[in-house]
Amino acid sequence: MSTILSSILFLSLWIIALFVLFKNANKLKKAINQGQGSFDKSNSSVRWTQMLKVAFGQSKMGARPIAALLHLIVYIGFFVVNIELIEILIDGLFGTHRILNQVLGSLYNGFTATLEVFAALVLLAVVIFWLRRNVLRIQRFRLSEMKGWPKLDADFILYFEILLMLLFFGMNTSDMVLQSRGVAHYSEAGFFPVSALFAPLFESMTTSTLIIFERSFWWLHIIGILCFLNYLYYSKHLHIILAFPNTFFAKLGAIGQLNNMQSVTNEVKAFMDPSAAQSTDENTVASFGAKDVTDLSVLQLLNAYSCTECGRCTSVCPAHLTGKKLSPRKIMMDTRDRATALIQDKEQKSNEEKPLLDGYISREELWACTTCNACVEACPILIDPVSIILDMRRYLIMEESSGPSDLNSMMTNMENNGAPWPFSPQDRMNWTKE
Amino acid sequence: MDTSELKIPTVVELQAQGIKPDYIFWVGCAGSFDDRAKKITKAFAKILQASKVSFAVLGQEESCSGDPAKRAGNEFLFQMQAMANIEVLNAYETQNIVTACPHCFNTLKNEYPGLGGHYNVIHHTQLLAELFEANKLLVSGGHFKGKKITYHDPCYLSRANNIYEIPREVLSKLDAELVEMKKCKKNGLCCGAGGAQMFKESEKGHKEINVERAEQVKATNADILASSCPFCNIMMNDGLSFQDESNTTEVKDIAELIAEAADL
Repeated sequence: MSTILSSILFLSLWIIALFVLFKNANKLKKAINQGQGSFDKSNSSVRWTQMLKVAFGQSKMGARPIAALLHLIVYIGFFVVNIELIEILIDGLFGTHRILNQVLGSLYNGFTATLEVFAALVLLAVVIFWLRRNVLRIQRFRLSEMKGWPKLDADFILYFEILLMLLFFGMNTSDMVLQSRGVAHYSEAGFFPVSALFAPLFESMTTSTLIIFERSFWWLHIIGILCFLNYLYYSKHLHIILAFPNTFFAKLGAIGQLNNMQSVTNEVKAFMDPSAAQSTDENTVASFGAKDVTDLSVLQLLNAYSCTECGRCTSVCPAHLTGKKLSPRKIMMDTRDRATALIQDKEQKSNEEKPLLDGYISREELWACTTCNACVEACPILIDPVSIILDMRRYLIMEESSGPSDLNSMMTNMENNGAPWPFSPQDRMNWTKE
Repeated sequence: MDTSELKIPTVVELQAQGIKPDYIFWVGCAGSFDDRAKKITKAFAKILQASKVSFAVLGQEESCSGDPAKRAGNEFLFQMQAMANIEVLNAYETQNIVTACPHCFNTLKNEYPGLGGHYNVIHHTQLLAELFEANKLLVSGGHFKGKKITYHDPCYLSRANNIYEIPREVLSKLDAELVEMKKCKKNGLCCGAGGAQMFKESEKGHKEINVERAEQVKATNADILASSCPFCNIMMNDGLSFQDESNTTEVKDIAELIAEAADL
């Protein structure tokens, strides 16, 4: 293949990949913007610190040391191995061979060796991840919400990563052998300690076959990377990007603090002091709480798309541990799936009436939550399932008045005598006499 | 503990005498009405008196903080309660509030400021730690010598407000052996009462949450389960006796343990 032709092909591939990526990114933005309000950017210095610590620094992963170590390897490996993309991009566009060798000089050997070591570690970690899911059958990966696509998705990512690493090694090994034969274009560059182990597999091949192998590995590797980039949108793997904005915009301050609804504050103030009531626009009849994803906030939807379905939340949920239907992870997955379905409905102008409440999340799940915040504490990227549960309870109570009957009596007591039990305020001091 | 009557001033009584107490002791609904929790209230009040803390209660002027209403989803009722309470607290120019209920603590501390109620709110274990620090509270050793105590973190004190060590520091004043449950601190398991669950039947499952937690308590072989939340106290009592009919593990609030050790 002539250099110009392959350069054009290479450039076209990138343009197509980036075009699709851009389109999907826009769809994602639209899906998240179905939510209410805007992202809170106040206290940005605290937010930067939070993001650097939690997302970049992986500070919450350590609660499960084995998973944390494996994840850290893949995470660092991802950054390191992707530095190679710069070289691939230049080589692909200009037909050069290992261009960074000319820039880095004597450091290039160290550079390629580092990539090789990390690629090997990533390969090992990913294989262990696969074993954890498919052989060790760790329970949190096998709950009902993980059946079907979520399971396939998780395995698919692992197969994809294994394939990419093997292509990377194939590319290096064949290149290395070609270099050692002094073939034109394959000038000596780099040190490949891991690929050296595979070299014997290629040494018996003729040079022309070897060139075909080397080119195939090189092209498949970059095509694979571009495919993977575009697979993200359809996958839980989106967290590799969204974890950053998600930890940036996450709620600051005490975990136990729930938001006060401003719409309610206005009404309560008007009720308590009618004369001071602001003449707010009578036409804007507020609806309270969340029945569907469009009632949730943009942050709650970003949370949903950031979720990696690791299930740490569900594995510590007291309701789940005692056999109730609630799984915080399912709350997040349902929210995401509904937001995606709604965008698709709009595009296809169809109207499937299956809102988040009852269509995806049942009332039984919502009422099982103790708001203990174990799920929030467990999430490595600060996702808050409790806030969604609460907003949906708000809808049930304030719009439908359909809470469990015991709760209705509790609230009636509170309205009548200022306590959740039917005791008179007059008896509040009885404890001093008993 | 004796059943003698305590003379606890209300804020309005003190105001009539021109006195403004340093602390308002927010008793909470459980502390006022639940028979088990009332004992905690009494123990803590005795400690306050013995340590010469200037405090008063709101008495009839106190109303539910609104926590269970908010967490059940009734934001209207919550804000009605909150604003009424804030009106009372602001009228007394309240600065410091101490409460033995982590739910009231969380709500007053975190959710009242947005509605106009700005106070320095502390949990009773924090005040106990301060009193020890200032040597205003002394306990005699021996009461709990040889006893094994394990501490159950109330969600609304621990995860919700990041208070883990202070209650343990206070417990360390007792001459007892402190042991941790397998799930403690950030991983502590809920007692099952939060989010208004206290006031409803639980959803269908294979076990009650307090029974699951009781099994974790039992696994430590502790003589005493210490807690610092009236709701946890009630739930864990039930859980332990359900789990084992001949249960001998006592559930005690930190304030009760300290009061006992201080011979109050």
